[in-house]
Amino acid sequence: MTPETREVQVLRERGQREVFCGLTGIVWLHRKIQDAFFLVVGSRTCAHLVQSAAGVMIFAEPRFATAIIDERDLAGLADANEELDRVVGRLLERRSDIKMLFLVGSCPSEVIKLDLGRAAQRLSRIHSPRVRVLNYSGSGIETTFTQGEDACLAALLPEMSASDAKELLVVGALADVVEDQFRRLFARLGVGPVRFLPPRQSGELPGVGPGTRFILAQPFLADTVVALERRGATRIAAPFPLGVEGTTGWFQAAAAAWGKAPEDVARELAPEIARAKTALAPKAAALAGKTIFFFPDSQLEIPLARFLARETGMRPLEIGTPYLHRALLSEELPLLPADALLSEGQDVERQLDRLRAARPDLTVCGLGLANPLEAEGLATKWSIELLFAPIHGFDQAADLAELFRRPLERRRRLAA
Amino acid sequence: MQLTLWTYEGPPHIGAMRVATAMRDLHYVLHAPQGDTYADLLFTMIERRDRRPPVTYTTFQARDLGGDTAELFKTAAREAYERFRPTAMIVGASCTAELIQDDPGGLARTLGLPIPVVALELPAYQKKENWGAAETFYRLVRGLAGGAPVVPPRAAGRAPTCNILGPTALGFRHRDDVAEISALLRKMGIEVSIVAPLGASPADLVKLGEADFNVVLYPEIALPAAQWLERKFGRPYTRTVPIGRLATAEFVAEVAALAGVDPALGQGGDAARSEWYAKSVDSGYLTGKRVFVFGDATHAIAAARIAAEEIGFDVVGLGTYSREFARETRAAAQRYGIEALITDDYLDVEAAIAAAQPELVLGTQMERHIAKRLGVPCAVISAPVHVQDFPARYSPQMGHEGANVLFDTWIHPLMMGLEEHLLAMFREDFEFNDRAAPSHLGAKAAPTESAAKLVASAVPPQTATSDAILAWASEAELELKKIPFFVRGKARRNCETYARERGVRLITVETLYDAKAHFSR
Repeated sequence: MTPETREVQVLRERGQREVFCGLTGIVWLHRKIQDAFFLVVGSRTCAHLVQSAAGVMIFAEPRFATAIIDERDLAGLADANEELDRVVGRLLERRSDIKMLFLVGSCPSEVIKLDLGRAAQRLSRIHSPRVRVLNYSGSGIETTFTQGEDACLAALLPEMSASDAKELLVVGALADVVEDQFRRLFARLGVGPVRFLPPRQSGELPGVGPGTRFILAQPFLADTVVALERRGATRIAAPFPLGVEGTTGWFQAAAAAWGKAPEDVARELAPEIARAKTALAPKAAALAGKTIFFFPDSQLEIPLARFLARETGMRPLEIGTPYLHRALLSEELPLLPADALLSEGQDVERQLDRLRAARPDLTVCGLGLANPLEAEGLATKWSIELLFAPIHGFDQAADLAELFRRPLERRRRLAA
Repeated sequence: MQLTLWTYEGPPHIGAMRVATAMRDLHYVLHAPQGDTYADLLFTMIERRDRRPPVTYTTFQARDLGGDTAELFKTAAREAYERFRPTAMIVGASCTAELIQDDPGGLARTLGLPIPVVALELPAYQKKENWGAAETFYRLVRGLAGGAPVVPPRAAGRAPTCNILGPTALGFRHRDDVAEISALLRKMGIEVSIVAPLGASPADLVKLGEADFNVVLYPEIALPAAQWLERKFGRPYTRTVPIGRLATAEFVAEVAALAGVDPALGQGGDAARSEWYAKSVDSGYLTGKRVFVFGDATHAIAAARIAAEEIGFDVVGLGTYSREFARETRAAAQRYGIEALITDDYLDVEAAIAAAQPELVLGTQMERHIAKRLGVPCAVISAPVHVQDFPARYSPQMGHEGANVLFDTWIHPLMMGLEEHLLAMFREDFEFNDRAAPSHLGAKAAPTESAAKLVASAVPPQTATSDAILAWASEAELELKKIPFFVRGKARRNCETYARERGVRLITVETLYDAKAHFSR
């Protein structure tokens, strides 16, 4: 397949955004970094949001909580910093397993200008060396959904020691199983040492410096990219490792940075590619020719649309994304079909009008919209699952296609 | 600032959404930052509603804060009116918008919309979801029915009428309670004029003052509106919430008196089975089981009474997160000789349950987590809700069928009577052992290890220190293991208390049986 070059036309909209805020990232980040605790400093709404987004799937003792600001804090009757110290003290007393604590800023903490950076420094001094305290903002006024992970990873940067070692850094939270696959493949390709950000344990933070070559596993990490580049690291431009083509391009780009010949890499990847294609074929057959419509959500929409269009034959009608980072998507945008509408931002009511006019076979949208659209007769794939399910890499390409096939298959089965 | 792992109630604007989503032809314009739209999924996912809540959010971002968020609100309100054409609108702010003080009510008035617009003041840093629902409903009723004429009571010969007040979207079994109580009222010859907010339109609310009396199903939500209707239109409201067999009978009597009908019409007859089920010999093993109750005040108080008076359990804990009803809950707890737990702190509830060592927890989804970790059976009796709390089947909590449902759902998580006896007799049986779950619930091992840890972490430190000087002889430890796991914690605690009181350092088999005899007096 030759990439079609396209002049990227984008519909930009502003209006009601039906998306999560960055606090939601806590739901997967707290599972990923296993000795970290996420303390939102916010309102009851924040607590309710994280609990509602996570509540249906988390049954273990959560490693997240909210320090709920109340009227005493607002009225200045209580010193918000003293209150925060007290809450953190109570929390850490209860959880001796915690090594890293994130104070996560929220809309109210931003609006009242609570300085969580200073609070984190102070609390780090108090609880050092047992616990490192960091901060980032997951507020809805500053972050949309997956940008919370971006802010979290960027907050880890100052904690990463300076290093001159030539290392490959894979950036973006991946399912552990995918990480392990990638580690094995890089070893076979002779690329490494390979480090991952975020690490599974806070003590395993990689070093960073001019020798660091980093490659993004997720497309929504613009701030982290800037922070890494400021530390001298160099980004390896690549498509995202979604689908066989994307994963191949991703490994090729990383291997090229290690001076590996493309044909050697291709030979090494050939069995992986063959196996992935075999698994993908029946799923792709079920999706070929079906139309799909993406509501803006995780910023994964563009690589996903590229995968579905080029490897399953689906026809994207509209590809919505909350933000379009052209530089990070430079390897992706030329691969999108020319007739798909690319939209950035959202006015949910107008977008629903377009959806109803387009009546796609499948709609990718958030949890708030999915059941109402199903009730209107439109098949949906709820998008948050794309963040929780292992979808990256060769061996997950078929699983990824299956996520889109299943709603169609369900409708077929239940139609009778 | 309060450390919160799980919250029992959302912020007050979620309460307003529950009212708006329950109603028809009403729209809510909410000044709120990006992200607050998460609330839609409560209704579309947890309750599986087939329509989006009728809510427009302004979803402002940081870049808007420097500009004109007030204009953003006005645009959103105007466009929402044009698109949805509601017959009334409510406007308000979520927590962040409250801080930027844009005054949604005032802004909406400047739009001159041709429909009633009710402004909500819901202080997000003081109040919570149920209060928000009650305040919203009250403001709506007052705003819409305030101008209605006071009509004379019903003429002789006309059937008595009532409204049902309180059911909302996302309510715990509200859909089925309304069906059950409506059917009961109709059976008694009473006409149900309006159910509100669930299914009502703004036009219906205007006419709320016309019915002879009001049935308050959920005081947490309907009480302020019912009190206002009484003041304004002289229409009385019911005080009894018909959860449980006894409360249902009292409700029937109360309603019959208000309507002037024969209370016999409201008897359950053959369909009321819970009384006989509780009396049947099979239920004997339920006697004196230790039960811990926590939930919203209405459901918790009702559950404690049913547990004590209709099933014969011992109520060892009663609490609520509904601070507005702390007085009522404390009074109820006194009847069982215990102190009520009034808190919305999940950690306090966890500690209280661990300390009380119940054999059954009746709580919310939060207590289900706690009970699971303690290895104690649990039935859910109250909001906050989970997708499992919206069953496809008819499953009311109220009325005669509600009493049947409660009996079944509370008994279901327990060992069945005979199974419990077998466990006691054949303690080392390879199938009926302490790691076996009730046979009808699948073969899951009881999480005894983690439960023990949790209990240990929950007991006050001074007990922990005195525990350190107590030791268990190995044969006593073995004997203790022969006691069924669901009473073993209690047995261990009793032995240790007994030993400590007598200065015994080493607990032997003899100490164990001495303690057993001592505590069984």
